[in-house]
Amino acid sequence: MSATNTKSDTAQSHDNHGHHPSLAHHFVSLEQQHEANILGMWMFLVTEVLFFGGLFTAYTVYRLKFNTMFQEASNQLDITLGCLNTVVLILSSLTMAMAVRSAQIGKTKQILNYLGATAILGLMFLGVKYFEWKHDFEIHLVPKANFCWDYAKERRKEADHHEKDKPFVSKLIGKFVGHHEEHAPPSAAEIAKDHKNPESQQARIFFVLYFAMTGIHALHMIIGFGLIAAVAYWASRGTYGPEYYTPVEVLGLYWHFVDIVWIFLFPLLYLLGAHLGAGH
Amino acid sequence: MSAINLDRRVVGEAASTHEATPKPATNYLNHETTIASWLLTLDHKRIGLLYLVGISLMFVLGGAFAGLIRLELMTPKGDLLTGDVYNKSFTAHGVVMIFLFLIPSIPAVLGNFLLPIMIGTKDVAFPRLNLLSFYVYAAGGVFLALALLLGGVDTGWTFYTPLSSTYANGNVMVAALGVFVIGFSSILTGLNFVVTIHRMRAPGMTWFRMPLFVWAMYATSLIQILGTPVVAITIALVGFERFLGVGIFDPRLGGDPILFQHLFWFYSHPAVYIMILPSLGVASELVSTFSRKGVFGYHIIACSSIAIAIFGFVVWAHHMFTSGLSQYAAMVFSVLTFSVAIPSGIKVFSWLATMYKGSVSLASPMIFFFGFIGLFTIGGMTGLFLSTLGTDIHLHDTYFVVAHFHYIMVGGAIMGFMGGIHYWWPKITGRMYNETLAKISAALIFVGFNFTFFPQFFLGYMGMPRRYHEYPEELQVLNVLSTVGASVLAIGYLTPGIYLPFSFFFGKKAPKNPWGATTLEWTECESPPSPHNFDHNPPVYDHVYDYSTLNKEAAVVSH
Repeated sequence: MSATNTKSDTAQSHDNHGHHPSLAHHFVSLEQQHEANILGMWMFLVTEVLFFGGLFTAYTVYRLKFNTMFQEASNQLDITLGCLNTVVLILSSLTMAMAVRSAQIGKTKQILNYLGATAILGLMFLGVKYFEWKHDFEIHLVPKANFCWDYAKERRKEADHHEKDKPFVSKLIGKFVGHHEEHAPPSAAEIAKDHKNPESQQARIFFVLYFAMTGIHALHMIIGFGLIAAVAYWASRGTYGPEYYTPVEVLGLYWHFVDIVWIFLFPLLYLLGAHLGAGH
Repeated sequence: MSAINLDRRVVGEAASTHEATPKPATNYLNHETTIASWLLTLDHKRIGLLYLVGISLMFVLGGAFAGLIRLELMTPKGDLLTGDVYNKSFTAHGVVMIFLFLIPSIPAVLGNFLLPIMIGTKDVAFPRLNLLSFYVYAAGGVFLALALLLGGVDTGWTFYTPLSSTYANGNVMVAALGVFVIGFSSILTGLNFVVTIHRMRAPGMTWFRMPLFVWAMYATSLIQILGTPVVAITIALVGFERFLGVGIFDPRLGGDPILFQHLFWFYSHPAVYIMILPSLGVASELVSTFSRKGVFGYHIIACSSIAIAIFGFVVWAHHMFTSGLSQYAAMVFSVLTFSVAIPSGIKVFSWLATMYKGSVSLASPMIFFFGFIGLFTIGGMTGLFLSTLGTDIHLHDTYFVVAHFHYIMVGGAIMGFMGGIHYWWPKITGRMYNETLAKISAALIFVGFNFTFFPQFFLGYMGMPRRYHEYPEELQVLNVLSTVGASVLAIGYLTPGIYLPFSFFFGKKAPKNPWGATTLEWTECESPPSPHNFDHNPPVYDHVYDYSTLNKEAAVVSH
């Protein structure tokens, strides 16, 4: 990003009117630089597709193998919160697209506002995820930490029974602030017994994949926050305008990709049970 | 500035005669000399040299482990190494050679140095990522070294579960983490090259005017981008399995060990093409220059590189014919595997046709090319034995397989690498090396290689399994032959380690275009190149292997 500083005294160039401060020395023009950076991000996203592809392959193999248990395990997830997060993330993509647009038309203040909105929506997403994961932990669905399938099933049944007649809004609020009835956690012996149960093992594979996929997705969002901060810093210094807005667009590509991954994760993980009609 | 040397047989002597105009005083080697200017360089040429140092060290390390293996196999009894140490030795040999030497060898050294110059640009698209890729590579190397120091890993370079999970010792994850990290260096290089080729070509440098080496690098880069992330996630899954104690690949917990093999080979088979494709590209350059003739079937060679990259992704399950693959799947994978032979064959025949009626000279890089084409052909043909379902059942996991892939990955890939290093050495260093020694080295490698690995085809056919440190006495003769061959091979590989560095300091100055080649790095760049490669925008009007201009200039000079 440093200013052009070509030591060579020979004719570096054709554009004698001086280089744009953001043009790196090895590119001929801003346009070439833009095209290269955009293609670079697309190529990186290709590697990401393949990276997640390995997880999706593992998911597909085990879903075919353990169809029934995958449905049951999927029913342990909270569709309402999943939907909420999907909406939040799609909104964040909209604000990100607006940030790119603002950069293209050179409105620095708007870039910052939209990037801020995107970051806030992203944080909301992770916040909701936190409550989901916390709940998973409480009902013993975290492999290695405390996984106990029978216990989790019981807790879920109770909760469903408990909340059957409540209105939607209070149910939703209850997901974040509701208190839980205290239950004796399963004993070590119970857990050991549970682990020998093939159903528990199969459900556990679902949850390993669930945590791996949503965890790696969340990690990508966290990296995204760092990138947003960096781009926002440069934007605040007035780096971007109609001539040069490449980093904002590159960031946009990344953010949209992370959203799209979720668009695949949501139905595969959350809607699977409901879709296949098991459980309820 | 017609420093084109015509008589390539007297290359060294004639070097300075045509130097009419003085060279610019600065080049990429001497324009900055501090250590920081090397370690923090963003210049693709210097990064190529950093890689050259790195992979050379790793080659010696990997070779040392190969030496241990061959020494142990001199005698039928396991008398030198215990089974455990033997397992760790071949694992270290495989891991170091594949991940730290072969995969980065040509792309990261010659590719980095030459690709931008060949397409007429100042640098790769992302110089910072390029430097980062070197340090990521080094970091991965540190993890692997750590795994070795902690006591080694005994899973084989394939890290098959449950060897790497249920029955592993603690160092497996350290080594696997190393492989995971190195993968990103490979991805960064591939990504950089793809973008550079797409977006940085000089005006007039159309796709079908690019040198075939660039085409090969393009195909290689695609594989790096598409394959490497899959092995990364596979390693991550093994990590989850080990740390979370869950059965992703463990059948006792409902997992499927075959899934690991599928995911692993989805990368690791194409990875073989990451190793060999660049050599095929080098071969195309060598055969054209030293036959003084355009490459026969330029377009189809370019396309066959891409075809190999594509086919490479649909043959992985041929590593699993004996792992309970369904018969129909096995048949499909067998047929697809055969189909890889088509683009490979096209290349070999095109090279032969290039030499036909060419003005073939026997400079040392061409001697390496001859070695390459012989070994690559044997390696390729024996691959067909293994892609045949029936014979593979017999030959699977025997020394036949070991011999086959060494013919490709050592015979083919390293011979191509050596040829490339010798061919471009004058450009890289600005010095000529000793031709005689280079030819002797090429001959030693060829002879030593065949003595080492040809007997292994017989050993495998006779049923000697790979990865055992003991064997029945009747197999000793062939094993001794192999070990003796390996010693000759080692001398062949070490010789350039002496005369090349020697030439770097004391060799005769190389002219701009000592071989009379037509690609931009020879026609438009000094030896060694200036920091920004070109003083002007390189003109590209003609087909890349057009010798008519050179011939015309030659006519002028000689009258």
